[in-house]
Amino acid sequence: MTIQFKDESFRGDFTYANSPSNIPRFPFPFPEDEYMYSTNIEPHHAARAGSPFENAFDVDEHYVAEMKDRALVLADDPGRCQALPHMETAGWDFLELVMVSKARDYPDLFKLTMDGDRWHWINKPLQIDDTFTFGDSSTLPCHPMEYIGRQVQGDHAILDQRDGNLWMDAGIITAQADWSLDFDIGMNFFEWHAPVPLAHELGVFQRALKFLLTLPQGQPSRRLNWTLTVNPRLDTSPENYPKWGPDRMTVTPENIGEKVHLRVELQTFWRLPRSNAILFPIRTYLMAMNEVVTQPKWGRRLHRVMRDLRPELVDYKGLSRYHPILVEWLSQFDDGAPTSPGIFPD
Amino acid sequence: MGPATMSESLIEESILSRPTYGTLKIVPGLAHYFLADASGAECVIRVVQELPRDMMEKVHILYVPTPGEAALITSLYALGAKRFEHFPTIEEAVAKLGDWLSDAKMGSQLYLAGTEGLVGQGVAKGEECGLDHTAVQCEHRGSLARRVQCVHCKTMIEDVTTQPVKCPSCDLLLLVRDHYSRRLAAFQGVCINAEDPSEEIEIKEVFK
Repeated sequence: MTIQFKDESFRGDFTYANSPSNIPRFPFPFPEDEYMYSTNIEPHHAARAGSPFENAFDVDEHYVAEMKDRALVLADDPGRCQALPHMETAGWDFLELVMVSKARDYPDLFKLTMDGDRWHWINKPLQIDDTFTFGDSSTLPCHPMEYIGRQVQGDHAILDQRDGNLWMDAGIITAQADWSLDFDIGMNFFEWHAPVPLAHELGVFQRALKFLLTLPQGQPSRRLNWTLTVNPRLDTSPENYPKWGPDRMTVTPENIGEKVHLRVELQTFWRLPRSNAILFPIRTYLMAMNEVVTQPKWGRRLHRVMRDLRPELVDYKGLSRYHPILVEWLSQFDDGAPTSPGIFPD
Repeated sequence: MGPATMSESLIEESILSRPTYGTLKIVPGLAHYFLADASGAECVIRVVQELPRDMMEKVHILYVPTPGEAALITSLYALGAKRFEHFPTIEEAVAKLGDWLSDAKMGSQLYLAGTEGLVGQGVAKGEECGLDHTAVQCEHRGSLARRVQCVHCKTMIEDVTTQPVKCPSCDLLLLVRDHYSRRLAAFQGVCINAEDPSEEIEIKEVFK
């Protein structure tokens, strides 16, 4: 397998786009024609060759560009990468999991050689060739979480487990859907989810926490979450809200197909072996409405989901300003035909 | 945070990150540390004066008076604690609390009483010094003024009583959310008119 990595931007001139061959592998987040919160967790098994669920850590055509965008965010705001002092072991666990998985799943791109504690890591797409001593942070240029976090797509939070709860005690978060690591670091599971409407009352978080506390090593899980973003911008942090908030005023019926993007998070959960922490990758996929509707099933379904979305969710997800225009625009792709179950295109 | 039992606090039920407060009550411990401001002083007096005289060897009190006030200082001093010190600012008192707690024994108890800014910073200091959260009690008294972190420029804004509030550092108009960080001892402030900066928003006094 060869991946042609794209040279593209997630800011400024926004040259990000999906190649035609990349569109059908998008993790479309709606298995049915309507959406409501659920604890939609399933085993993170390899599924469907070519899909984003095939490998432990999916690498796609946007890899190199995303890592460049991460470097820009971190240079501007180092607070996007933070770890409480007790999280160093978990950082090494994270590094090991990513290196071992990527070297196994993408042998033409990544190579890991272990000679006892002496590790040699080659990352061809990013032109990295480093040797270090596993467990000794002085042999890396930075914290192990930051080192590997700069080489893997998606944001990564590491959750410490104690007192029957999970604690957001470390993370490298540069592509977030409007939450602040700097503010939330040190919070427990219920605290950092506190601003989410409806889901607490539905018991979603209680069930999710119960599940995660007993997550076994070697049996990762996954779920999909979604929102919409105007322009293909990865960094929609609260810190930079004054930069991306005004984008929401720019949506018109004429430009909506290219401006509005379905933003999907492939969230996975991994028990880490030494620290007993949970690694929580939040991998973001962006796809313009024009690209989504190239798959007739997705166009039909997205219209139905958006049309019937609960008002609280329209508000919470920040869609209020352009939601009516979007539903109207999507309606042209919905002929009323039934849709097949599941998320994959027909 | 302490259990949300009967309390004179006027805080309404809110989201789960928003702290709730209880009522101070002495529990068994090898040492008892108190931190209060003027609105919380009477809570300290209430619980400490119930203690037997020989327990006063274990009591340490830090106090932040309102400027010019002396009567409560006299009353707190008269309790006869092993140590009693007062400081003009919360920041200095909390720093002293850190010094005290760094020498504290296992089994120490921390009691915080007063405005949310003081209680929150005391909780954060206790956590930083390794005190288990079950060893910390809080009672909210006085104003509902909030300590707010501007999420954009990270400035801490003390004693916020309005909604929204203008950040004194970056000038953005901030919505004061109920989302609260114990580590920062602050509520989150997020630009209220970022999408349309021309939008005029009335500033109202709401945290009294």
